[in-house]
Amino acid sequence: MLEIKNLRASVEGNEILKGVNLRVREGEVHAIMGPNGSGKSTFANVIAGREEYQVTAGEVRYRDVDLLELSPEERACEGIFLAFQYPVAIPGISNAYFLRSSLNAIRNYRGEDEVDAFDFLKLIREKMKLIGIDEKLLNRSVNVGFSGGEKKRNEILQMAVLDPRLAILDETDSGLDIDALRTVAEGVNQIRSADRAIIVVTHYQRLLDHIIPDFVHVLFDGRIVESGGKELALRLEKEGYGWLEKGEETVSSATSPEEPR
Amino acid sequence: MDRDRRQSNSEVEELQELADREYEFGFVTDIESDSLPPGLNEDVVREISRRKNEPEFLLEFRLKAFRHWQTMTEPAWPMVKYPQIDFQEIVYYSAPKQQENLASLDEVDPEILRTFEKLGIPLEEQKRLSGVAVDAVFDSVSVGTTFKEKLGELGVIFSSFSEAVEEHPDLIEKWLGSVVPYTDNFYAALNAAVFSDGSVAFIPKGVKCPMELSTYFRINAAGTGQFERTLIVAEEGSSVSYLEGCTAPMRDTNQLHAAVVELVALDDATIKYSTVQNWYPGDKEGRGGIFNFVTKRGLCKGARSKISWTQVETGSAITWKYPSCILQGDDSIGEFYSVAMTNNYQQADTGTKMLHIGKNTRSTIISKGISAGRGQNTYRGLVKMMKNADGARNFSQCDSMLLGDRCGAHTFPYIEVKNPTAKVEHEASTSKIGEDQIFYCNQRGISTEDAVSMIVNGFCKEVFRELPMEFAVEAQKLLAVSLEGSVG
Repeated sequence: MLEIKNLRASVEGNEILKGVNLRVREGEVHAIMGPNGSGKSTFANVIAGREEYQVTAGEVRYRDVDLLELSPEERACEGIFLAFQYPVAIPGISNAYFLRSSLNAIRNYRGEDEVDAFDFLKLIREKMKLIGIDEKLLNRSVNVGFSGGEKKRNEILQMAVLDPRLAILDETDSGLDIDALRTVAEGVNQIRSADRAIIVVTHYQRLLDHIIPDFVHVLFDGRIVESGGKELALRLEKEGYGWLEKGEETVSSATSPEEPR
Repeated sequence: MDRDRRQSNSEVEELQELADREYEFGFVTDIESDSLPPGLNEDVVREISRRKNEPEFLLEFRLKAFRHWQTMTEPAWPMVKYPQIDFQEIVYYSAPKQQENLASLDEVDPEILRTFEKLGIPLEEQKRLSGVAVDAVFDSVSVGTTFKEKLGELGVIFSSFSEAVEEHPDLIEKWLGSVVPYTDNFYAALNAAVFSDGSVAFIPKGVKCPMELSTYFRINAAGTGQFERTLIVAEEGSSVSYLEGCTAPMRDTNQLHAAVVELVALDDATIKYSTVQNWYPGDKEGRGGIFNFVTKRGLCKGARSKISWTQVETGSAITWKYPSCILQGDDSIGEFYSVAMTNNYQQADTGTKMLHIGKNTRSTIISKGISAGRGQNTYRGLVKMMKNADGARNFSQCDSMLLGDRCGAHTFPYIEVKNPTAKVEHEASTSKIGEDQIFYCNQRGISTEDAVSMIVNGFCKEVFRELPMEFAVEAQKLLAVSLEGSVG
C-alpha cells in the first residue's frame, strides 16, 4: 500500500529526514518510535503533504500512485488520514459541520453522493457511542476550548467517520491520562481491519500496550535504524534510546524486514 | 475619465464583457432613461421636486438642504482615498420611462421585470408565498410594490418614498429629517437636496409586522448618482424587521451613492434593520466600483425601545458608513452587528455610534473586519455616555482578520463617558488565517478555497446568526464569492 524509498526532507533548509525506507501493507499496524527531534513528526507531515516540508529526494508510492505528486487534500481524499499531534482550532465552525464538510469533500472526490444532515447525524452518533465521546462535542466549535484529551478523542472520531485506508497517528498519546489513552487505543483497535493500514508515531512504549503493532521501527537522526516486532518497543522502554547512539556504525546496514531493497 | 472616453468602442465592449463575467450581476438593462442633464444648482433641485409633484414643504426642505450643502466641504477624516468627485458631472435625476398609473405588474416594462428576475427578486404575485414584501427601487423610481394590501389590512404602510409623500404627506412632514437633519453631514445634506426616491415603512401601535420588509436597490443608468432615502417609524409596542439588499451592474466609471436611512422607535417598539451590500467593488486593479457614502441612524425615542443594525458589507470600492443609535428612551437598547470585507483595492471605513442619553440604556457592538488582497478595512466607532445616562452599559468587540500581507486592518474606538455609573467594555483582536488551519482542513479533504471560506464564515458567525435565515445563507455565499482568488 505504501512504499517509501530513500525519502529525504528538509524544513527551512535543515535536512530532517535523511533517507527513510519503509513498506506498509494492507492490514498492518506499524509503530514508529524515536527520541525527540529524530524526525517522527516530520515523517508524518511529509506523508500528509504539508508544504513547509520540502521533499528533496526519494520516492513515495501509495496504492500505485506517486504520492508526492498529490496535494494534501487529494491525499486525504485518496484515504490518507493524519491524526494531528496538535489539532487546530477553528472558531465558529461546529465540529459536526466540519466533519460533514470533510466527509462530503472526500465523497465528492470519489464520485459518491453527499451525505445529508440526517444520515450524517446517524452515522456520527453511532461512531461516538463506539468510541465513547460525549455528544456535546458535536455542537462545539472545532477544537475550541477542548481539553487535551478531548482534542485527541476528536481526532479518533474523525478517523472513524472518514474511514481512511491509511491512518497515521502523530503522537496521539502525548499528554493523555490513562483513561484517555485507553479510549484512543480502543478507537484505533476498532478500525483495525484487513484492508486498512495504520502507522502509530510515538515517543513512548505505553500506547503500544494497548495498540499491539505488527512492526516497530526506530527513527533516529532522520533514518530508520532498527526494525523489529513488538518486542523492540519493550527494549526501547527498558533501555531508552541511548544504545542506538553507540551502535551508530550499524545504522547504514540496519534494514527493516519489510525493507524493499 | 477622459481616457476611458477615448477608448475605442470595441475595447470598452471587450472590457465590459470580461468584467461582466467576473461580476455575476454585471449586466446593463436596455431601457430609455428620462434624465436631467448632469450638474447641480437650485433649478435642478426645483425641477426634481416639480417632476415628482411634491408638496411645498418638501421643496422647502430640499432647498434649505441644498443651500446648506453649498456651505459644506467633503469630510476628510475617513481612512479612504479616492479621486476628487466632481459634483457637477453627476446626473441627479433619472427615471425609467413608463406609462402613468400602472394598475398591475403587467404594465411594468418587461425589461425591468427581467432584470429583477435575474437578481432573483420575488416580485410577481405567484411568489407571494415566499413571505417577503418587496419594494423594488429601480434607479430612482419604484416600479412595483407587493403585499401592500395584506399589510394595509394591519395599517402597515410600506411604499416608495414618492407614494408615501402623495398619500401620507403629514407623516413625511412629521418625521423627515427628524433623526438625520439635513445639516448633519456633507452627504446627508446632498441627499436631502436631491433624493429621488426610497422606501417608507410605518408600523402602527401594537402591530407586529407579520413579514420581513425588503428593498432591493439597483443602480442602473450610466453615470447616475443615486440618492435614496428610507424612513421607518415603529409606533408604541410595534415591531418590524427590514431587509435591504443591493447589487449593481458593472460600471467603468465610479458611481456615487449617498443614501440616508432614518429609523424611529417609540415606546416598547423594536426595529431590526439588516443589510447585505454587494455593490460592484471595482475590478482587480481597483478601477471602477461604487462609492458608498451612507448615513444611517436610528432613534430609540421611546422607553424600552430597541433598534438593531446588522450589516454584511462585501461590495463597493469605498464604503463610508456608520449605522448608529441614539438611545434617548430609558431602558432602550441599541445593537450593531457588522461584517465588512475588503478584497483587491476595496476600502471600508465603517462602524457605529452609540449615544446613550436615557437611563439604563444598553448597547452592543460586534464588528468583524476581513481584509484580503490590498483591501483596507477600518472600524471607527463612538460610544458616548451622556450625563444623565445612569446605569448605561456598552459592550464592544472588534475583531479583524487578515488574509495575506498586503492588506490592512485599523481600529479607532472612541469612548466618552460623562456619567460615573455608566460601564463601557471594549475588546479587540486581530488574527491571520494560519497555515496550520488551512493544512488541517486540507488534510480532511477540504480544498484551500473552501477552507478559507469556512474559516472566515466561522469568524463572522456571531454576526450571521443575527441575520434572518434567508439573508444569512445569502451572506455566506457572498463572502465565499468575494473571497475568491484571495489565497493561493
